[in-house]
Amino acid sequence: MATSPLNSANVKSLPDDQTAARCRGVLKEFGTGENKVIALDHVDVDIPFGKMTLLVGPSGCGKTTLISVIAGLLEPTAGEVVLLGRDRRTLRGTSLVKFRGENIGFVFQQYNLLPALTAAENVAVPLLIGGTRRKIAVARAEDMLERVGLGNRIKSRPAQLSGGQQQRVAIARALIHNPRLLVCDEPTAALDAASGQRVMQLLRETTVGPDRAVIVVTHDNRVFEYGEHVVSMSDGRVTGVEYQQPKPIPSTPLEIEESAATSATE
Amino acid sequence: MNWIAWKMLTGDLTKYVAIVFGVAFGTLLIAQQSSIFVGLMRRTSSTILDVTEADLWVLDKRGENTDEIRPLPSNRLYQVRGVDGVDWAVQLYKGLVRVRLDNGSFRQAILIGIDDATLVGAPRKLWLGSLTDLRRPDGVFVDKAGYDLMFPGQPIELGRTLEMNDRRAVIVGICEAHAPFQTFPVVYTRYNQATRYAPRERNITSFLLAKAKPGQSVTQVCQRITASTGMQALPSDEFFWFNIGYYIRSTGIPVNFGITVALGFIVGAAIAGQTFYLFTIENLKQFGSLKAMGVSNWRILKMILLQALLVGLMGYSIGLGMAAAFFEVMERSGQADLRGMYVPWQVMGLTGIAVGMIVAIASILSARKVLVLEPAVVFK
Repeated sequence: MATSPLNSANVKSLPDDQTAARCRGVLKEFGTGENKVIALDHVDVDIPFGKMTLLVGPSGCGKTTLISVIAGLLEPTAGEVVLLGRDRRTLRGTSLVKFRGENIGFVFQQYNLLPALTAAENVAVPLLIGGTRRKIAVARAEDMLERVGLGNRIKSRPAQLSGGQQQRVAIARALIHNPRLLVCDEPTAALDAASGQRVMQLLRETTVGPDRAVIVVTHDNRVFEYGEHVVSMSDGRVTGVEYQQPKPIPSTPLEIEESAATSATE
Repeated sequence: MNWIAWKMLTGDLTKYVAIVFGVAFGTLLIAQQSSIFVGLMRRTSSTILDVTEADLWVLDKRGENTDEIRPLPSNRLYQVRGVDGVDWAVQLYKGLVRVRLDNGSFRQAILIGIDDATLVGAPRKLWLGSLTDLRRPDGVFVDKAGYDLMFPGQPIELGRTLEMNDRRAVIVGICEAHAPFQTFPVVYTRYNQATRYAPRERNITSFLLAKAKPGQSVTQVCQRITASTGMQALPSDEFFWFNIGYYIRSTGIPVNFGITVALGFIVGAAIAGQTFYLFTIENLKQFGSLKAMGVSNWRILKMILLQALLVGLMGYSIGLGMAAAFFEVMERSGQADLRGMYVPWQVMGLTGIAVGMIVAIASILSARKVLVLEPAVVFK
């Protein structure tokens, strides 16, 4: 991997129709004066459709800030962000909220499930936000839970589920409204090796398609091999972009256990 | 989204109960203290409330209340009867007497002397005895609460003898009277008999009660009485407020109770407001997730306001119920200090406004935090 910062002069642009998100010269500062912190320092990066992009780097290097900017949760201080063909600057207020609700799915490190809702109700939330009637939304959520292997836990509340199960519910929630961009922040950080493998496998299986992009922020080296497009960051800058052949997905429980065990010892 | 707001609110039953209890307790404090204040003020006019037949009251021109009385000469009655528009007028005595009980002990009591001929001013509700018994020699009625004060724990029975001003009195009836400001027994007797029970004074008439002729304006009749006799004449309801006004202006009760009610409001506001505020703040991350997933600030605000409305309504209803139950239990227990007190609709309304304000302020303060929340907080 390259270690020097990449900028617009040496970053290789993807064709527009293959790019889910494009950042050019993105600067993000927090605070002012002596307290000013530069979280993103003129970042140039393209996120391709049809691939799982891993955003890797040490803690505090700006990974989370970058996905927040890409997903429209944070306003960049300067620079250009084009998201699913729309210039981020043209999206403001309600239109940004609506755009985010329709096009982006989120998977959080701490799952962020609503503790008062059942698994199916949690998964139904994005549909409810979009105006789908509750009965229909919950029925579709139950189908989605079946797809992620939690058909028998639809009535369970988050507190009754293991960490891995909660993350699968969160993935189902992120996918229920069929978003074009899936943003995952450290989805395996709170999980043991086997659960982490299952979650990454699920993400690969269910999310990567020609019209969908997945960004996974991680510093969990056990899952690096699942990504096809690896963006390395350091001190708020992109220091490397690499395309790799992803690891074949283990298909049997035994393979998953073996894969997890191997990853854990690496 | 309303459904999600409801589930977020009620999902953790313990927390939900704590929030509702906070609001309910605040409501209880405000409603109960305000009701006691209103009840005490109302008690100052208990004599006026007990007289239902008269349209208007006549008293000395410097009279300010029903307790500090400058007695009127007896000829004043005839002057009032002679005023145009007056249908009838009678005398009423009200004063404090010392009552010697049959066991030799003493009790201070309020003595009411009503017109001998018409018995205007007599109590409306009798527990024992009949109105005509008041015409019997030495016959007096005692209000039920007063009887319990004079003879605690003893069964109610007629025929017991009392002594007032060295004169014998016999209890011939037990009646209901509005609770007076001072928790003294109320003793009813005929006016002429009252003049013997009361300490001797040159004049003894406390008030004149009058009725306007049919079709006559009570206010105009009052004006005529004032103009022709120089005494104050006030319609009953006006006299009721006139009397309360004196206590509000001239005693420390409003200040003392004002402080108590204000403290109740502050404590109630602190409990209710803080509990709801903390609830919303604890849910910041959940609201942040919803914002990230595409819920607009306006919808978040509506969710918080809905939660506030539900918590406010539940807490207010329970708190008001607790306040009402408190007075009901006190009434049934025979506790004389709070007898006749209840939560008036005005207090219900004002408490509702107060609680609404508390919850609204708490929700607006907490909503502010949510509205300015960067949805990126979900990644932290």
